Amino acid sequence: MLERKYLAEKYAQEIQAILEKYPSDRRQSAVMPLLYLAQRDKMYVSREDILEIGEILGITSTEVASLIGFYTLYYDQPKGVYRIQVCVDLPCALRGAEKFLTELCDRLGIQPGETTPDGLIAIEPVMCLAACDKAPMFQVQSGAGLTYHENQTVENALSLIEQLRRDAAGRRVAGHERGRDANG
Amino acid sequence: MAENEHVLLRHREIPDLDNLVVYREHNGFKAFEKAVTQMQPAEVTEEVKASGLRGRGGAGFPTGLKWSLIDAKSWPHYVVANADESEPGTFKDREIMEGNPYQFLEGVAICAYAIQAHAAYIYLRGEFWQIAVKLDGQIAAMEAAGLLGQNLFGADYSLKIFTHLGAGAYICGEESAMLESLEGKLGMPRLRPPFPPSFGLYGKPTVVNNVETLANVPPIIERGANWYRTNGTEKSPGTKIFSLSGCVNKPGNYELPLGTTFRHLIFECGGGIPEGRSIKAIMAAGASSSLITANDQALDTPMDYESVPSVGGQLGSASVIIIDDSISIPWLINKTVHFFRHESCGKCTPCREGTYWMSHLTERIVKRTAKTEDVALLYDVASQMRGKCLCALGEFSIEAVRSGIDRFRSDFDLTVGASVVSADQEKLTKDE
Ligand SMILES: Cc1cc2nc3c(=O)[nH]c(=O)nc-3n(C[C@H](O)[C@H](O)[C@H](O)COP(=O)(O)O)c2cc1C
Ligand code: SF4
Ligand code: FES
Repeated sequence: MLERKYLAEKYAQEIQAILEKYPSDRRQSAVMPLLYLAQRDKMYVSREDILEIGEILGITSTEVASLIGFYTLYYDQPKGVYRIQVCVDLPCALRGAEKFLTELCDRLGIQPGETTPDGLIAIEPVMCLAACDKAPMFQVQSGAGLTYHENQTVENALSLIEQLRRDAAGRRVAGHERGRDANG
Repeated sequence: MAENEHVLLRHREIPDLDNLVVYREHNGFKAFEKAVTQMQPAEVTEEVKASGLRGRGGAGFPTGLKWSLIDAKSWPHYVVANADESEPGTFKDREIMEGNPYQFLEGVAICAYAIQAHAAYIYLRGEFWQIAVKLDGQIAAMEAAGLLGQNLFGADYSLKIFTHLGAGAYICGEESAMLESLEGKLGMPRLRPPFPPSFGLYGKPTVVNNVETLANVPPIIERGANWYRTNGTEKSPGTKIFSLSGCVNKPGNYELPLGTTFRHLIFECGGGIPEGRSIKAIMAAGASSSLITANDQALDTPMDYESVPSVGGQLGSASVIIIDDSISIPWLINKTVHFFRHESCGKCTPCREGTYWMSHLTERIVKRTAKTEDVALLYDVASQMRGKCLCALGEFSIEAVRSGIDRFRSDFDLTVGASVVSADQEKLTKDE
């Protein structure tokens, strides 16, 4: 019997609110929102999260894990603190999205699908994001959620990336200080 | 219709329409109140039937008829709003939900009343996370204003609306896959029949309607079916949002009466083709479209559910992608086939294997490593899939392939032996 209560304790209210959306005898419906909840915590869903979500909902961890494989927005591996997902689907490609992606990757010195050496920025080509009239465009996924960036140029994107790097550095310093306070 | 009068995209004229107070100042929730306080549920359905409204999610199924098919012997009933909007080239539901969300929510509420559902779910694609956060706030504002909850308008009717996020799977836009996903399972289509009005969410009678379909409902109830029919054609009444994209000067959403011609949309609204190039093909239903040869006859064709098939296309969700004469059709179908290979849920063999093989062949063709017979083989694989797939995704995947080869054959002759992609495109395809 598993005793982990990490999500249950840290997100008690959120979990309650999620479960209340669905009929009480249909708790399995809550699996997708709970996976998002776990993923926001550290940008991927861990083995322990899977087990705990299974316990909360009374379904097997295999069932939970199969959803992560099926749906592309769930990750079971850490990769990049920020995932920059550039749409290169047909309508965007007709408006220069592929060139945009290639140039952006060249400027960062990586290939599409790779993460920058500092581990912060992953660039990935993705399918249509329902913003086809505003190409080139991408979404940024992070622990804070998901944001759209439309009508982009490579320069815009690079300055956003610099901003993201500063944010991450700021958070690291803050985290460090919190750690020191806790120790001291 | 008066030029520029929006029925759905009213936020373009009315600032802050996503604010409940503003929405109510513009007759918001009058239709819902009228339905609940003055009409029997069946009368609401009858009015929608009389309006001739057809589903905007792609199939054009008559909305009132769908509501009337709800099984009255099995309870509870549910409404599920389809906000998955994942067809490449479609971006209209997003604009409605961002700009005029309460009209959509009011439509959900009226539909729920008509089928006597007490719970409605809005299934949004996971990428619409920000929209879902806002909708949650708007739903809370409705609850605070007494527009959702118990005993609405003093009547014996209660309703709750919930959002639910998908997580990146195009197939979850297909209604039965969406219901599976909402139940917490893998989003794979169900064998049908039974259809959702008899066996839907949790096996209960369910209406699944597209966001745009539902946004049409409040004006129909408020202003009546006869008024609604003053726009559009006899068989395709009302206005429709056309998502215009691709090789066009002014891409965007245009709300026009059904039956407007392609020429009007592309040249009057969209400002024509950039850099003096000429139009080569039209995909009227996003990546799921066949390629319509853009000759004068096609350009003068009215965009409605009956006329588009007469030029070898489909209206679908009206995601009109414009292809100009600089675009190679093999490159294009390589794109669409990759999309469908990626999005095939894998449940049935013809689609899973067929999209896999097609993607290998189109890849070889654009990379110049194809043999002469590969084009015929590609056509053959596509034709073999016809009518054998469990859901429409499999059928969608072959539309551009077959029509592309049928109608733009000379583009393929060029590819056997000559590169049709630029260096960076080649690099990209390798990495995907
Ligand atoms: C592969 C596939 C994807 C679909 N995607 C969507 C979608 O993103 N949005 C939508 O409203 N309908 C989509 N549909 C159509 C739905 O199955 C369903 O017909 C529609 O939601 C019904 O609503 P309507 O009658 O209001 O159009 C899709 C269908 C298929 C086969
Ligand atoms: S046709 Fe394709 S998407 Fe549809 S059920 Fe079969 S494998 Fe899945
Ligand atoms: S094709 Fe890129 S957002 Fe639609």
